[in-house]
Amino acid sequence: MKYLDEYREQGAAARLASEIRRRVTRPWTLMEVCGGQTHTIVKSGLLDLLPPEITLVHGPGCPVCVTPLELIDAAAAIASRPEVIFCSFGDMLRVPGSSQSLFDIKAAGGDVRIVYSPLDALKLARNNPERQVVFFAVGFETTAPANAMAVWQAAREGIQNFSILVAHVLVPPAIEAILGSPNCRVQAFLAAGHVCTVMGFHEYEPIAGKYRVPIVVAGFEPLDLLDAIRMAVVQLEEGRAEVENQYSRAVRRQGNVTARQRMSEVFEVSERAWRGIGDIPRSGLRLRPEFRAFDALDRFPCALGRVRESAECIAGLVLQGLNKPFECPAFAVRCTPETPLGAPMVSSEGACAAYYLYGRRS
Amino acid sequence: MREIQFTCPAPQNSQDRILLAHGGGGKLTQQLIDRIFLPAFANAALEARHDGAVVEAAGARLAMTTDSYVVQPLFFPGGDIGELAVYGTVNDLAMCGARPLYLTIAFILEEGLPVETLRRVAASAAGAAQSAEVTLVAGDTKVVDKGKGDGLFITTAGVGLVESPGAVGPASVQPGDAVLVSGDLGAHGVAILSVREGLEFDSPILSDAAPLWAPVRALLDAGIEVHCLRDLTRGGLASALNEIAGSRQVAIRIVESSIPVSEPVRGACEILGLDPLYVANEGRFAAFIPAAQADRALHILRTIPVSAGAARIGEVAEAPAGIVTLRSRIGGSRVVDMLSGEQLPRIC
Repeated sequence: MKYLDEYREQGAAARLASEIRRRVTRPWTLMEVCGGQTHTIVKSGLLDLLPPEITLVHGPGCPVCVTPLELIDAAAAIASRPEVIFCSFGDMLRVPGSSQSLFDIKAAGGDVRIVYSPLDALKLARNNPERQVVFFAVGFETTAPANAMAVWQAAREGIQNFSILVAHVLVPPAIEAILGSPNCRVQAFLAAGHVCTVMGFHEYEPIAGKYRVPIVVAGFEPLDLLDAIRMAVVQLEEGRAEVENQYSRAVRRQGNVTARQRMSEVFEVSERAWRGIGDIPRSGLRLRPEFRAFDALDRFPCALGRVRESAECIAGLVLQGLNKPFECPAFAVRCTPETPLGAPMVSSEGACAAYYLYGRRS
Repeated sequence: MREIQFTCPAPQNSQDRILLAHGGGGKLTQQLIDRIFLPAFANAALEARHDGAVVEAAGARLAMTTDSYVVQPLFFPGGDIGELAVYGTVNDLAMCGARPLYLTIAFILEEGLPVETLRRVAASAAGAAQSAEVTLVAGDTKVVDKGKGDGLFITTAGVGLVESPGAVGPASVQPGDAVLVSGDLGAHGVAILSVREGLEFDSPILSDAAPLWAPVRALLDAGIEVHCLRDLTRGGLASALNEIAGSRQVAIRIVESSIPVSEPVRGACEILGLDPLYVANEGRFAAFIPAAQADRALHILRTIPVSAGAARIGEVAEAPAGIVTLRSRIGGSRVVDMLSGEQLPRIC
């Protein structure tokens, strides 16, 4: 298939891998930020091709994994209301809250639906004026423009029965949080290509400079990732710390200006708690005051108490790249995709689930 | 910056209600079988854990099976629920190495269903029975209140005569066997999804729903030593191979680049975030054949229209027992696990 097969080709993969082996002289630790990239790395068996000097750690870029428990509980409470049609991307449905997942709510009679776009949810609101349609706006900068568009359009059309539950998070503050942690062992980042498609990569330039860390914007196919790893290794070996763009077929330095405009028209930057990591300043989005009428939390007030998370799961360490999933004693024993102890085991983008599905060996 | 707090999400997730995923053909389905059905009904025929049961009666080896059909929409590109209800059961019999003979069919109708819909479904089931050379010999009808059914549910049961000289099933699989699939994967599941999601393609993707006795019979007639057959319905190739590797305690190794998937299906799966290895088929099967006979078996399958796209995709080994591994296109290796429930579209 055009635009895919050429990025999954064995000969080219072998050439890139041998170039990495040729350039590497000592151990380096790289973090791929995005869960979609973790998924590709584990699914394609890419680790088999890398020299032992390269360690990849899997970053916090799985929106499903980092959505705080209290927001999932709020989603469950809202979805249980009889007047509500609750719409979500598919992989959010299995995420366990403190007592129930959205799948459980659906099994108990809640009207929970999988949609592929927030605009589909808006259409549902138009077609069901007697119901309240709520969309779970989860994701990084990648999904934010479409969600902003849905709200903007609802406002323009005066659609009263549509709202969104905002759980947006931003990548650069998370990278800074990881770099600022005293335990940080990451020496270079592979930035999330799709986030950069929207945002561009200019906002990573100060981070690369301040922390002296190479950042390579990477795509999502196996050869994209091998190439990005090669670029990062070359920078590390040459002692450079720059932002480079491997994913140039999709990413421009300034990103998608129209999408960013719509995003900042509707959303503003806010504090945000990350599941498994904690509060990161200015790392989330909320609706601007003029669009606050579309905030599901205002429309359906729920108590957003801090929910206590318990002790066995090491999701926080995994999400920061301090531990590999299989280093957790619960991994694949007490924690599986059927009975997840933590969110990274739930979404197929979660590092734990990726290792569980594709990486286990007997 | 202050130190990051490490917290640990630890939800309780008790499954005291049936979830949709319990019907997805993955691990939760297996759990229902292991924890509820096998303990309740335990007997030797069930323990074989095959698509159908092989039983003896008056000296004859009979294959029996039953299946329910709840597809939405009722009519989809390349087929409908009536055709599916016949082919699905006929194929479960064929996977036992049995010639399908007789079917029963039971309808659960929702109050308000247009009679014309039922007429179309019945005509389609009759046509499918004719092409599969089986006779529908008994039936039943029930009607439930409006809102208590999704238009129309069908249950069929079938009886066939076992023609394979050797036992066909997971227990006969041997290390060294070749793994064949009878054609390109994923068309049925994608055809259904494309209607549900309103996706349009240059040329519509048609369901692969088809009866599979003809290719099975051709293998048996040619004297191929068929060790195991499995139709690749719910849960797709990955689930079928995992079930077999798990129950026979062997390793199955497959090669990604040799697994046939059509370009439109690959494209649709990329868009929808699905893995074609887990997508349902209704006219495809996997065959476990001694490696020495694999080329001849492949040649035979390719002469029959429904299995013209057959391919050899892997092999059975001794270890690691119970694990399916895949050699990726870029030359890496990974485990192919059984899904927990339904495949879920990813966020980004």
